[in-house]
Amino acid sequence: MSTLSTRKKPPRVGDNPLFRRTLIGVVLALVAFVIVAPLIIIGVEAFAKGWATYRDTIIHPDTLHAVMLTVLAALIAVPVNTAFGIAAAWAITKFDFWGKRFLLVVIEIPFSVSPIVAGVAYLFVYGLQGLFGPLLDAWDIKILFAIPGIIIASMFVTAPFVARELIPLMQAQGRDLEEAATSLGASGFRTFLSVTLPNVKWALLYGVILCNARVMGEFGAVSVVSGNIRGQTNTLPLHIELLYHDYQAAGAFASASILALIAVFTIIAKVALERQGAGRVRKTANPAEKTS
Amino acid sequence: MKIRLENVVKTFETFRAVKDVSLDIGSGELVALLGPSGSGKTTILRMVAGLEYSDGGHIYFGDQDATDIPVRDRGVGFVFQHYALFPHMTVADNIAFGMKVSKVKRDKAAIDARVTELLRLVRLEGLGDRFPAQISGGQRQRVALARALAVDPKVLLLDEPFGALDANVRRDLRRWLREIHSELGITTLFVTHDQEEALDLADRVVILKDGQIVQQGTPEAVCRDPQSAFVMKFLGDANVIAADVRDGRAYAGDVCVDAAGVADGRAELYARPSDLDWSHDGPGIAATISRVLDRADGRRVLATTAAGEALEFDVEPERLVKAGEAGFVTLRRAKVFAV
Repeated sequence: MSTLSTRKKPPRVGDNPLFRRTLIGVVLALVAFVIVAPLIIIGVEAFAKGWATYRDTIIHPDTLHAVMLTVLAALIAVPVNTAFGIAAAWAITKFDFWGKRFLLVVIEIPFSVSPIVAGVAYLFVYGLQGLFGPLLDAWDIKILFAIPGIIIASMFVTAPFVARELIPLMQAQGRDLEEAATSLGASGFRTFLSVTLPNVKWALLYGVILCNARVMGEFGAVSVVSGNIRGQTNTLPLHIELLYHDYQAAGAFASASILALIAVFTIIAKVALERQGAGRVRKTANPAEKTS
Repeated sequence: MKIRLENVVKTFETFRAVKDVSLDIGSGELVALLGPSGSGKTTILRMVAGLEYSDGGHIYFGDQDATDIPVRDRGVGFVFQHYALFPHMTVADNIAFGMKVSKVKRDKAAIDARVTELLRLVRLEGLGDRFPAQISGGQRQRVALARALAVDPKVLLLDEPFGALDANVRRDLRRWLREIHSELGITTLFVTHDQEEALDLADRVVILKDGQIVQQGTPEAVCRDPQSAFVMKFLGDANVIAADVRDGRAYAGDVCVDAAGVADGRAELYARPSDLDWSHDGPGIAATISRVLDRADGRRVLATTAAGEALEFDVEPERLVKAGEAGFVTLRRAKVFAV
């Protein structure tokens, strides 16, 4: 028996010490250079000219306005896309209909298309020379170079996030639970609320968080349709770029630190909520927590 | 509640899953739908439940035409093959679900009392606070049954109820379901591909093939008098021996059995492993033993006839037989079907 425990174990795949150390080293180095270093630089540069400058940049009306606009875009785009994502996932996984596969592909398009292309496309649809341009102009509705354009562009870019998190999970779960609930007399809405939603809430939450992070950080599409009017149609990412081009590096980094902080809080919120849900609580009454 | 299916048809895209099925189920009867996969048995069950709609025909609950009543209002208890328990609810909450969403309002005390009563019925007292992931497969199936019974269904429908359980648990649950059925007297229809389960449990067995009923009757009737080679083969192991029919008698080797009603010409003898025996000096069908498999309750002999047919049959544990031995297979009884 003793030979069994003292015997040197034959190496398994990837168990070679050299291989293991190299792999871990490469990953750690990449994380340090690609992710950690830039984050540290943001913090360092933001305070490079001292706390006073940092504070002045943050409370500058243009910055505050940019923050407000970004939050507003998120407050509208995230719930809308959450509702869309749930509806799309429900339709695709629980019903059979003609064009289902096509819909699946269409939902993915915002992922594969460059955001700037989306922005340009919106120019051609809602711009003055665009498809609905004259009509909108006649009714005096401003979409482009105004807040609605920013929100629509953000929505386009983040449309797939929630649906993409939900679809694989709901597909794996099948229709049994919903059928059981219905056969027990539950209405469609009741089934959704007390059976479907609790079983996908973590995926939903994850999708919402990703969606929110992306709305707040979106640059490409929004930069085309917003018109970059300081204090009017400037979101936080656009504001950062403006400051940077004005050679106000400290200001740019200060504003960037806000976005970085939002990102860090997003991740903390996600981890905390996941931990809370991991130990099965007896009453899982409140599904669909919102974090933004 | 009596159930009547009248010329029910169901087509999935181009596949005709159920072809013109008519079936009467008496009030309080326990009926098994038995058939191989793809025979349409689950589709029929789901149509009775209202989880699928038939493309033609009618389904009556008593005298009421239930064909177009949605599942939600049909008042059936459905037990799913993989239980479909709500994983985020406790056992008690699972059982109470139907009562909580019901249009008939019950107060909390009444619901709790009913849950306790059902937990006792399915012998799961004290497990109400567990989550489905914390109990065994057999226990989950019993929770699923309690949940279905909680809404006082007119009909109980079970889809392969014991399919996912191991053999011992399955046998216990079968007997237990039979007891519950006699206690509650609720009309019950269940689907299975396991002939033993159907024969053990049901008052009446309905055998399906390719979306059609091929035979139905009590377990005794279908076992003693299978009316087609398919039913014969499906109900249990069967040996097939080529034979010739002349004037109502079937001949195979030195063996001759009654074949009343079978047309003259080529036919096949079907015999259960227990219907055959081994003899050293005939009369019978000449064969050579190729292998002997020893089992707890006897010895299974694999033999090959002179014509190359593989036969399997059982002999008593004491019998001395061994591979390579030549002799004769004798026949106690057999069914004859024309080819």
